[in-house]
Amino acid sequence: MIEIQNVCKTYENGTRALRNVNIEIEDGEFVFIMGRSGSGKTTLFKLLMKEAELTSGKILVNDMDLQKMPRRYVPKYRRKLGVVFQDFRLLRDRNVFENVAFAQRVVGASTRSIRQSVPEMLKLVGLSSKYKSLPQQLSGGEQQRVAIARALINRPEVLLADEPTGNLDHENAIEIMKLLEQINRLGTTVVVITHSQEIVSKMGKRVIKLEKGQVVSDSRAEEQADS
Amino acid sequence: MRISTFFYCLKQGVKNICRNIWFSLASVATISACIFLFCLFFSIVANVQYMVHNVESTVGITVLFDESLTEDQIKGIGTEIASRPEIRSMKFVSAQEAWDSFKKQYFEGMEELADGFEQDNPLAGSSSYEIYLNDLSEQPQVVEYLQGIEGVRQVNYSNTAAAGLTSVNKMVGLLSLVIIGVLLAVSVFLINNTISVAAAFRKQESQIMRLIGATNFMIRAPFIVEGVMIGMAGAVIPLVAMFFLYTKSVVYLMDRFRILSNMFYFIPVKEIYPIMIVVALVLGVGIGFFGSFFTIRKYLRV
Repeated sequence: MIEIQNVCKTYENGTRALRNVNIEIEDGEFVFIMGRSGSGKTTLFKLLMKEAELTSGKILVNDMDLQKMPRRYVPKYRRKLGVVFQDFRLLRDRNVFENVAFAQRVVGASTRSIRQSVPEMLKLVGLSSKYKSLPQQLSGGEQQRVAIARALINRPEVLLADEPTGNLDHENAIEIMKLLEQINRLGTTVVVITHSQEIVSKMGKRVIKLEKGQVVSDSRAEEQADS
Repeated sequence: MRISTFFYCLKQGVKNICRNIWFSLASVATISACIFLFCLFFSIVANVQYMVHNVESTVGITVLFDESLTEDQIKGIGTEIASRPEIRSMKFVSAQEAWDSFKKQYFEGMEELADGFEQDNPLAGSSSYEIYLNDLSEQPQVVEYLQGIEGVRQVNYSNTAAAGLTSVNKMVGLLSLVIIGVLLAVSVFLINNTISVAAAFRKQESQIMRLIGATNFMIRAPFIVEGVMIGMAGAVIPLVAMFFLYTKSVVYLMDRFRILSNMFYFIPVKEIYPIMIVVALVLGVGIGFFGSFFTIRKYLRV
C-alpha cells in the first residue's frame, strides 16, 4: 500500500512542485496520475523512487517511511519497484535478452536464474522471438515492452510508469496499456503517470488529477461519495 | 558476492576499456611513463645510497690513547665504546700492528731503513681503535663522546667527508620525494580523466542501474576494475623495460668504467628488482584504484 500524506515539495529555487498532496493506493490497484506539464506528476514519481526528498509530509510504501529510510537501504527499496520511462531507457549496445537480464544481473542474480526467468518474461510481453534484436531494430511499442519486461523481471510489488505511451502512436499505446492491465491482473500494483485523457478514458481505471501541485480530483473518492 | 557477479563486473570493466580504447591506451602510456621514471629514479636513488653507504663504511674514526695506559686498560675503554648504538664495527690496532702497517706503507722496498727501529718501536704507545659508524651523520656526537673519555689522547676523523656524504644522501632523498610526488599527482590526474570519460559514456547505464536497485558497489565496480587494470598495465610495461635496462646498464657501466669499479657498487638486479616490482605494482594498482574510486564517487551518487 502506498500512502502519501500531506506531502509538500519545494525545490531549492523556490518552485513549489507539490502542495499538501494526500493519496492512498491499495495493493493490486491500477491508478492513473494525470496532469499537465508542471502539475507535479514527475516530482511525485521522483519522491516515490526516493530520487528526491520531500519538504514536508510523509510517504509510506508498504509501511516503510521513505523519509526515515537509511541511504544504504535505498537500492533494496528500489528493487520492490519496477520503473518504466517515456523514452524507454534501453541500453542500445545490448540485445533484448541482455537488456532484460541486465536488471537481474545488477541485483546479483545467478546466471541460472537469469536464464530461466528472462525467457518467461519475454513471453509475457510477447517478445520471445525478438530476444536477439537490438533496441534500434524494434518499433517504439516493442521497445517499451522490453522496458516493461526489464521493470518486471525482479518481481516488483509496484510498477511505476512515467508517461509510458508518450512516445507511441495510438495503437501501440493501447497495446502497452493492455499489457499493463494484464500485469496488474497478475497482482502487481500499477501506477501510471500520464497526460493523455484519451488513454485514461479508454481504460476506465482510477484517475487522480494533479494541478499546480495539488490533487484536484480522485475518481475513487468521487465514486465513494456518489455511492 | 557471487562468482557470476564478480565476472560480470570484470567483463564490464574490460568493456569500458575497449569502448574508450584510445583514452585507456593514453592513460596506460602515461602511467607507464610515470612509473618508468619512478623506477628509473628509484634505482638511481637506491644505487647512490648504496654507494654512499659503501663509501661511508670506509670513513672511520681513529681513537688514540694516553701513552701511560696499558693495553688492558685501552681494551677496557674499547668495550665501553663498543656498547654505543651508533657503532657499527671497531677494530683494535696495537702499537706493533700500527708500526708494521707504517713500515709496509713507507719502507716498502727499503726495509733496511726500518731495521734501525727494530728494537725501539717509534709508534710505541700508539695503540688505537678504528671505529666505523652505522650512520655517518652521527659522527659529531660520537666524536664529542670519544673526546670526553678519560685516557683518550686524540680523536682523528674527517669532518668534510662525513658532512659531504650526509648532505648528498639528504639531497638525493629530498629530490626523490619531490619527483615521486609530482609523478603521482600527474598519474592520478590522468586516471581521473579516463574514468570521467568512461563515467560520462556510461551515464545512462549507471542511471538505469541506480533506478532498478543496483548497489553503489555494483555501479562503481566496473569503473574500479577499469582503473585497476589500467594501473596494472601501466606498472607491468615499465617493469619489463626496467629489467632489461637495469641489467644492461649495470653491465655497460661496469665494463666502460672498469677503472672506477672500486667506487661504483651497483645493487644486483636480483636484489633491487623484487622491491621494484612490489613498489611499481602497488603504485600502479593504487593509482588506478583510488583514482577511479574517488572519480566515480563524484559522478555517481545514489
